[in-house]
Amino acid sequence: MVAIIDYGVGNLFSLRSSLAEIGADAVVTSDEKVIASSDRIILPGVGAFEDAARKLRESGMADVVRREAALGKPLLGICLGMQLMFDKSYEYGEHEGLGLIHGVVRPIADVIPDDYKIPHIGWNALRFTADSPLFKYISEGDYVYFVHSFYAADCDESTLAVTEYGADLTAAAANGNVYGCQFHPEKSGTVGLRILKAFLELHRTGDLK
Amino acid sequence: MITKRIIPCLDVKDGRVVKGVNFENLGDVASPVDMAKLYTNSGADELVFYDITASAEGRKLFTEILTETASNVFIPLTVGGGINTIADFDRVLKCGADKVSVNSGAIRNPSLITEAAKLYGDQCVVLSCDIKRVDGEFRVFARGGRDDTGMEAISWIRRCVDMGAGEVVVNSIDTDGVKKGFDIEMLDAVCKAVSVPVIASGGAGSIDDFIELFRKVPTIDAGLAASIFHFGEVSIADLKARMAEEGIPVRIV
Repeated sequence: MVAIIDYGVGNLFSLRSSLAEIGADAVVTSDEKVIASSDRIILPGVGAFEDAARKLRESGMADVVRREAALGKPLLGICLGMQLMFDKSYEYGEHEGLGLIHGVVRPIADVIPDDYKIPHIGWNALRFTADSPLFKYISEGDYVYFVHSFYAADCDESTLAVTEYGADLTAAAANGNVYGCQFHPEKSGTVGLRILKAFLELHRTGDLK
Repeated sequence: MITKRIIPCLDVKDGRVVKGVNFENLGDVASPVDMAKLYTNSGADELVFYDITASAEGRKLFTEILTETASNVFIPLTVGGGINTIADFDRVLKCGADKVSVNSGAIRNPSLITEAAKLYGDQCVVLSCDIKRVDGEFRVFARGGRDDTGMEAISWIRRCVDMGAGEVVVNSIDTDGVKKGFDIEMLDAVCKAVSVPVIASGGAGSIDDFIELFRKVPTIDAGLAASIFHFGEVSIADLKARMAEEGIPVRIV
């Protein structure tokens, strides 16, 4: 069973429907026992980092997610959920993340030319920078759907894929069993469903780096 | 590289897809759910569902159609029509919409944009604007293009973006339904005025019209159309193949 962490952030309709489409048994929950009994966890999220990080802490879900990740359970953060995996974010200030993947979250505006629009909204291609079981059903150059104004930086060792938007932006990253997608697999058509299917097939792994 | 998006728009009335010429003479087309699946498989980058129903019964049917579509289609879904309050945002987001477009509702109450952007994020709030040339200026029209608001369009759009609209759909009433091409002059003016994504609507009659749009307004992000896709005059697969040939960045499925 997949536990989709419910901490009051974002619209989970599409994620639930996508998982149902590929035959996954998914539960939206903030119940520690349910999460503990799950095989894998998805951390969704849209909106502001500071607000989401606070809700994650206050709901107790930050500790639960860290504990489950330390057990080697496959964990996938999507969009803001991915950014929350990192050490910290510089989105309007400086805010602490879960520290499960090393790196920081910075404004896209720092690295892209002035004439590029922000947010980065739309379909953009993936370029793989490492082999990952997450990509076993997709190909380099496949398009996925992005909506974001911030990106994960200083994380070369963990980067699995980048996308080109005036600069190479981190599109997917991993540290052991902890995965993150900046794009929305649940909104990325067939390619997105294939990424979710690959995530469902990941096995529990060893310790974090 | 980010691709130019092709977006079919489904005007829905009492649970069926319709399309008007200059917003009049509505004619029935097909099931919105079937059309959404068809478009997704042929390469649509996004879908817009526009609720043109006025009755409560029609609205309930729309919500059911939306839920069914969102459960079966896994690309971004924008919903518009009759969005006047935060409760309206909430209703369609719960049924699976990813973005909500506001038009007359924002004209009546501009703070709707600010409130919605704060609650759901800028990326969720799409400003849809019906524009017509009046006395040598671009004028904002309300109520499906029926009422001249007297407001100048470019300053209105700028104001809405400042309040938190994350994307803008520009529908030219002057070219809508005429099928002689997008309103290049109007779209260029809007693209120069704002830094958020702009979606062109109104006037597409052929593949060439889309090519002209992306060539002449290189900062436009997407082209939206309804009847030419519904009636099979332009297939999305053919359109995208041609865009690729012309060197326009496009997602081929």
